[in-house]
Amino acid sequence: MTVSKIWVFAEATDGKVSTTTLEMLAKAGELADTVECVTVAGDDVAAELGAHGASKVYTVGGTDGKLIGPIVSSAIAGAVEGGNAPDALLIATSYGGRDVAGRLSVKLDAPVISNVVDIVDRDGALAGVEPVFGGTTNVYTKFTGDKVGIFLVRPKSFAAAEEPSGDAAATEELAAGELGNTGAATVTNRFVEESTGPSLDDAAVVVSGGRGLGEQDKFEMVEDLAKLLGAAPGASRAIVDAGWVPYSYQVGQTGKVVKPTVYIAAGISGATQHLVGMKGSKNIIAINKDAEAPIFSVADLGIVGDVHKVMPALIEALQNR
Amino acid sequence: MNVVVCVKQIPDPADPGELDPNTKTLKRDVKLILDESDSYGVEMALQLVDTAGGGEVTLVSMAPNNEVSGLRTALAMGAAKAVLVSDDALAGSDALGTSKVLAKAIERAGEADLVITATESSDGYTGTVPEQVAELLGLPSITFAKSIAVDGGTVKVQRQTEAGYDDVESPTPALISVTAGVVEPRYPSFKGIMAAKSKPVDEVTLSDLGVDAGTVGWAGGGQEIVEISAAEEREAGTVVEDDGEGFQKIVDYLAELKVI
Repeated sequence: MTVSKIWVFAEATDGKVSTTTLEMLAKAGELADTVECVTVAGDDVAAELGAHGASKVYTVGGTDGKLIGPIVSSAIAGAVEGGNAPDALLIATSYGGRDVAGRLSVKLDAPVISNVVDIVDRDGALAGVEPVFGGTTNVYTKFTGDKVGIFLVRPKSFAAAEEPSGDAAATEELAAGELGNTGAATVTNRFVEESTGPSLDDAAVVVSGGRGLGEQDKFEMVEDLAKLLGAAPGASRAIVDAGWVPYSYQVGQTGKVVKPTVYIAAGISGATQHLVGMKGSKNIIAINKDAEAPIFSVADLGIVGDVHKVMPALIEALQNR
Repeated sequence: MNVVVCVKQIPDPADPGELDPNTKTLKRDVKLILDESDSYGVEMALQLVDTAGGGEVTLVSMAPNNEVSGLRTALAMGAAKAVLVSDDALAGSDALGTSKVLAKAIERAGEADLVITATESSDGYTGTVPEQVAELLGLPSITFAKSIAVDGGTVKVQRQTEAGYDDVESPTPALISVTAGVVEPRYPSFKGIMAAKSKPVDEVTLSDLGVDAGTVGWAGGGQEIVEISAAEEREAGTVVEDDGEGFQKIVDYLAELKVI
């Protein structure tokens, strides 16, 4: 089954389209006859979006220094009310994407299906697949009304096209209506946090630490091991909440979803929200002193032991190689 | 300064329970607790009111069976009062339905300079309620705040981004969603716990709020759960006790995977 038309909200940084956008374009191409994009990135992403299957790109202007939620949702709602409505809209679970989806859902009085990791046909309608209980159970939800189906898609749910080959997409401006008070928040400064080594999103190896490390200073072991393996350091929600490491380190349902070749969990028990974020890793190594810890149910190699003994020995052994 | 904080009362995440096979929603016939994510918003609101030197924190919550266990925790932290919406017709509400109810309850709570929420609940994880509530109330919003300061009629926020953070300003009233860890939530004192027992909780139904029951709950959802199935399981691997050589097993495995 295919639907007639799907829109993908395309995000880009410095003219480079986000990986999640390309993933959604690949899925949209399987589901719909026509795939079009909405973006605030301007005309310069039309070639890349077209290569990945978009036939048209609607560009929304006027975002300079503003948050995109009110602007993009207003533009899309205006198009839908004007008769140019897609059957479904795919939006990434990102900071901006969630804002767009929330505002748009009110404007269209249409529900959002969140945390979607797959979109399938059920009884002639598109259904979103959402993992619950740490990814052990999948819930399939379809829209029942005639509203535009808004799906908030989790990163790394689909594979982007390996050899994109389409023509550049045609572009068309899409105007946002009058925002009034809702558009009053303004960005006054942007800060890029310097990070060394690979990012959590792209790293082939991720080393994460959790509450089992005992104290903040011990997170150094995670960073040392990560450095030796060319890995990205990550963290469980527990130690992010405790303020040991920044929010950007968080792996899990509320943080980053990672799918590296190797994931090393040090002192992480494996709460359901963490498992959702990392169980797609190809190989999982866990170190934890509690033999009953849920992390061992997903680990390919589990070491039941004291992280304060295993980690230093591991680091030393790797240094000596 | 008056701050309204949206708080959710949820089943204990340490014992998340199970899905009801008939209604396909989480069984909620257990004692509910304050969602830990919301404790950050409550603490932030209390600190902002303290800094302003006047005003109060009002809680808004939607829960079945007039459940107040979680609300009492937040009242014990120092919130002054609460509005609690309970109505059988709310069963099955999605994020949009929930937002419609919360928006009306926030209006009932009185004039607020700020509405504070968590970025998402620890049970539903939809993450869209803050923006939905802001849109329904016609408010500007700043999501994913990692710090908040109010200066006259302006709220200044450090907002988390993929690359770092943005400084964002908005006139008040505005809605702000806070990330976990933004402040260290206080533990309710014994005095606070005792005081919370007598703080006012305005228990209301949909008709009290003027919300049409057909627009929320199962009736107003616009979506339907059509299937629940077990996800593909990972095969259990090897688990060994560390005998002092555990590190070597990891080294060998990493070598086998050609990572080293």
